[in-house]
Amino acid sequence: MSYVPDNLSYTASHEWLEKIETGRYRVGITEFAQDQLGDIVFVELPEMDESYAQEDECGVVESVKTASDLYAPIGGTIVEINDALEDTPELINDSPYDDGWIFVIEVDDESDLDNLLSAEDYRNSIEDEE
Amino acid sequence: MNKTSLYQAHLDAGAKMVDFGGWQMPINYGSQLEEHHAVRQHCGLFDVSHMTIIDVAGEDATDFLYKLLAGDIKKTDVNQALYSTMLNEDGGVIDDLIVYKQSDERYRIISNAATRQKDLAWILQQADDFKVTIEEQSELSILALQGPHSEQLLNSVLSFDFSDLKKFRATQSDDLFIGRTGYTGEDGFELLVPNNQANGLWDKLVQAGAKPCGLGARDTLRLEAGMHLYGQDMDESISPVNCGLAWSVRKNNYDFIGGNVIKTQRQQGADQRLVGLVLSGRGVLRHGQNLFNNDREIGVITSGGFSPTTESAIALARIPASLKTDTLQVEIRKKQLPCRVVKPTFVRNGQSLIEE
Repeated sequence: MSYVPDNLSYTASHEWLEKIETGRYRVGITEFAQDQLGDIVFVELPEMDESYAQEDECGVVESVKTASDLYAPIGGTIVEINDALEDTPELINDSPYDDGWIFVIEVDDESDLDNLLSAEDYRNSIEDEE
Repeated sequence: MNKTSLYQAHLDAGAKMVDFGGWQMPINYGSQLEEHHAVRQHCGLFDVSHMTIIDVAGEDATDFLYKLLAGDIKKTDVNQALYSTMLNEDGGVIDDLIVYKQSDERYRIISNAATRQKDLAWILQQADDFKVTIEEQSELSILALQGPHSEQLLNSVLSFDFSDLKKFRATQSDDLFIGRTGYTGEDGFELLVPNNQANGLWDKLVQAGAKPCGLGARDTLRLEAGMHLYGQDMDESISPVNCGLAWSVRKNNYDFIGGNVIKTQRQQGADQRLVGLVLSGRGVLRHGQNLFNNDREIGVITSGGFSPTTESAIALARIPASLKTDTLQVEIRKKQLPCRVVKPTFVRNGQSLIEE
């Protein structure tokens, strides 16, 4: 069973979201997602200051096996990206919830958060796939 | 779903299993990259028992294979292996395979897993006029031991000296059939062993230091080596002349199935050729991505991926034979990115062959 921290929110497309300060959220992909992808070799990061609607494609994570789109879990503007992933994309494999974070987004509308999954909901959603 | 005799051993070793051509096979045992590097630097072990083994025997066996295969079986010695394509009447590739000659009247074909039914049907259909028996061998497992330390490791496990066994040669030792072949661009052996001995041999090789490797690493290794994957780099709609396999087709005699078409293509010159690509910037090349030259779509990537040995994105691609260029653009997610055109062999014996 993959590790799903209780304090984060999740999407069905396997992103996690962590509140870091008012209106700002850090985003990455889950341990389950990185495990499904296998060794990650390339990350196309979203662009700084770019705005996305909820569920917009905003980047790509590519493993030795396949390419997987990254979706904005909430609508907003990108205010920080994890440049370290350009040279060391394997950080996502090694530390999906910490060093492998992908971007920070500033939310437009807090009500987008209502559409996210709790840790328990997310655990249930991946149970069948494990 | 079919399972090989080593299915439980894979699960016990922590394999992630996938469906491959109707078989439950290990894709990796944790890290595909570590498995890839193990084969380039030391020794890796693959279960490839899903592949098809077909024995051809009888007084017409040589003549039959001379008709069936585009390669030259008559120039193949006893205990030698031949890589060949098997073509349809239009010169399209039904499958690629290795055939081992055991005697003038006995041969062993190893072909792909996903093509098993159509290969067997085709071979049986063509065999009608020949005095041969065609028999699938499902009682054998195939282990591929690959990497620079393979010989040393196999010597120690089997208490035998394999230094005299040359590349593309085979030998038989009790129940074991051993060919010095592979699909990685490294030295190595393919071991055919009765199913009930497969687990014992697997365990001994792993205990001696061979790292279990899955089909994921097998694919990146063969791509770096520039070896074709059936169904991607060629299929029934492509002739070997147009996909970089002309070298495997005999030139002295075209009396094989599809031979007339190949002869004409050779006389007129090939339409397409296989090239290697290296992505200049960051990203990953993938099967199916389209290629452009001066905004004109000219070809497609047939196999692509991340090359762990060279740490770059590489690909095999089919482009017009007449197009001579050092660079092409690949379309990835609606953006065109530059690629260098290189020889379609990227790595051999642990070393990058990509010219700077």
